[in-house]
Amino acid sequence: MLNNIIRRGSYFIRSNKFRPFSSLSSLSADEIMLQDSVRKLAQSAISPKVREMDESEHMSNDVISHLFNQGLMGIEVDSQFNGSESSFMSVILAIEELAKVDPSVSVLCDVHNTLVCTVFNKYATDPQKELYLPQLTTDKIGSFCLSEPASGSDAFALQTKATKTDNGYILNGTKMWITNAAEAQVFLVFANVDPSLGYKGITCFIVDKDQGVQIAKKEQKLGIRASSTCVLNFDDVFVRDDQVMGQVGKGYKIAIDILNEGRIGIAAQMIGLAQGAFAKAVPYTYQRKQFGKAVGEFQGMQFAFADAHTQIEAAKLLTYNAARLKEEGKPFTKEAAMAKYYASRIAQAVSGDAIEWAGGVGFTRETGIEKFWRDSKIGAIYEGTTNIQLATIAKFIQREYSDM
Amino acid sequence: MFPTRANLLRASSRVDINVLVPIKRCIDYAVKVRVNPDGKGVDNTVKHSMNPFDEIAVEEAIRLREKNKDLVDSITAITVGPQKAQDTLRTALAMGADKAIHVQVGDQHNVEPLQVAKTLKHFINRDKFELVLMGKQAIDGDENATGQMLAGLLDCGQATFASSLQIADGKATVTREIDGGLETVQGNLPMIVTTDLRLNEPRYASLPNIMKAKKKPIESVKETELPFDLKNRLETVKVAEPAQRTGGQKVDSVDDVVQKMKEKGLI
Ligand SMILES: Cc1cc2nc3c(=O)[nH]c(=O)nc-3n(C[C@H](O)[C@H](O)[C@H](O)COP(=O)(O)OP(=O)(O)OC[C@H]3O[C@@H](n4cnc5c(N)ncnc54)[C@H](O)[C@@H]3O)c2cc1C
Repeated sequence: MLNNIIRRGSYFIRSNKFRPFSSLSSLSADEIMLQDSVRKLAQSAISPKVREMDESEHMSNDVISHLFNQGLMGIEVDSQFNGSESSFMSVILAIEELAKVDPSVSVLCDVHNTLVCTVFNKYATDPQKELYLPQLTTDKIGSFCLSEPASGSDAFALQTKATKTDNGYILNGTKMWITNAAEAQVFLVFANVDPSLGYKGITCFIVDKDQGVQIAKKEQKLGIRASSTCVLNFDDVFVRDDQVMGQVGKGYKIAIDILNEGRIGIAAQMIGLAQGAFAKAVPYTYQRKQFGKAVGEFQGMQFAFADAHTQIEAAKLLTYNAARLKEEGKPFTKEAAMAKYYASRIAQAVSGDAIEWAGGVGFTRETGIEKFWRDSKIGAIYEGTTNIQLATIAKFIQREYSDM
Repeated sequence: MFPTRANLLRASSRVDINVLVPIKRCIDYAVKVRVNPDGKGVDNTVKHSMNPFDEIAVEEAIRLREKNKDLVDSITAITVGPQKAQDTLRTALAMGADKAIHVQVGDQHNVEPLQVAKTLKHFINRDKFELVLMGKQAIDGDENATGQMLAGLLDCGQATFASSLQIADGKATVTREIDGGLETVQGNLPMIVTTDLRLNEPRYASLPNIMKAKKKPIESVKETELPFDLKNRLETVKVAEPAQRTGGQKVDSVDDVVQKMKEKGLI
């Protein structure tokens, strides 16, 4: 019997159909190819522009076209809609690779894929998919508009109103901190059709930029400065009935569902960021000599590298595990929250330490190490703050242990 | 009556060509190669990827087709290598090759140029290729021999170290990088062209093409199915690291340089 199981195990391994005992970081041949290809793109087409995009707080159009041309703006979308028809893990790997070079470019790709395209994939009607997905995979960027001035963590207290008219709705309200809003053409806007219903009135609308989406203000930020973050005003914006995503009143479900998996994307951005900072600072320490020796050879430095490296590995395993759970169709909410919480924490710690490892050089803007640290702070805020992740994890703990 | 494909070909009297691109899986160019303690080989557990000169060859084949859709009928990638070399073939397919042939050998078997050339000849005779585009050398063995041997075995033209390539009217025109300048040669197809670094800059595969490559066919052939053997004729006796470079020294002025060189007895 045991022999049989072992034999079957090795058959599966050989046939590559099912790998029962592979390590978390084992990737398939296409995943490795994708990773390589994104790495090359990031090195050749993005890396030379990072500093200039950060200083000018502007995303280069050229970089955006590269992302579209490489098929990175509709990774999970069906090929009939010009998508890449690839896996969730591929999205995670692409976000990670981009973040190693520029977390701003990474979040653009992340929001477009894990929030916008995924909502269309999962909830849109066929005509909506046929109309919007080919645009989103070809040249139109999407934004996900949930937060408002008075509703951040308490997202379902949102006040944007959708008033029913004969053949559609009129939207009124303000959205805040909307990623990609300066470049986007397609907006997913959450609004309440009947505030007396509470969160059950929340509905998701597809709004085209030219239907009257106004950018009220582009924020100036500490980090991910090349990624646009805007305040949006909706003043009597009319949308048709067929622009309701999914069903009326199901917006809260869409938001919860999408943000659960979106968090794995942010975790991927953070592990990429940590690796990017590490890779910039550590080689320098083996060049820089003090007291007649490379500073990276002092034990005090070596232990710091070893510790940071271990933290990165742990965060990576949490992230990949959450992604694989999602792909396998298993519950992953708690694991996604853990991955996002931990990855954002270590990203900040590692990138902060990386500045110190490089000494004065690390503190100057020219080397780009300090940029990783500035960029890392957002990981603890968007798509659920650290406290919100901890609250989610705690809910699972209580569920498991309260009735013992 | 609909014109058949054959009729169309005849009508336009154009020559379609089938391109064969031999590729090799090598230790990645960015990896620092380390010699094994036994001094007979190098550490092979590191990252591998397609030989960079072969990537240039694949790219050139794709560009030939992009420049003139009617010119190139098919692009076939072929490798003689271990199981893992299939990944390298997939990369070629993801870049834009149509199909691939994998001649599988043992993991430790680094096949020699003559054996590879014989294998290529075997498939060229079987499937008919008008153009073979291949790297001038693989960055692991640095032999720079397979293309030349293949041209010899096939008794056809060869143009090595290509820095530009044009195909027209059944002829290939190749500019070669040689000592002291450029040389342009022309010859009838079929021809063997080996690529140099400046021929082009290879693309990286886009994600949709990576996904499409999964559906492209790879023919797998065992080494024992060939009518000749792939055994090595040479034995590696010793592999040694290059001599360690000793660190330089910074000086402040020309006078200092002269002074130091005198001290070392160099002038
Ligand atoms: C750069 C950037 C990009 C963004 N992109 C988008 C986007 O594309 N789309 C979008 O919809 N939103 C986006 N946001 C908004 C983001 O999701 C919110 O900022 C986030 O949810 C936090 O909300 P808040 O800023 O209102 O903070 P608040 O909710 O006011 O929180 C302030 C503090 O209170 C803590 N806190 C709040 N509630 C609790 C609680 N119950 N228990 C314990 N502690 C609590 C928080 O952890 C935090 O430390 C973005 C924000 C930024 C900064």
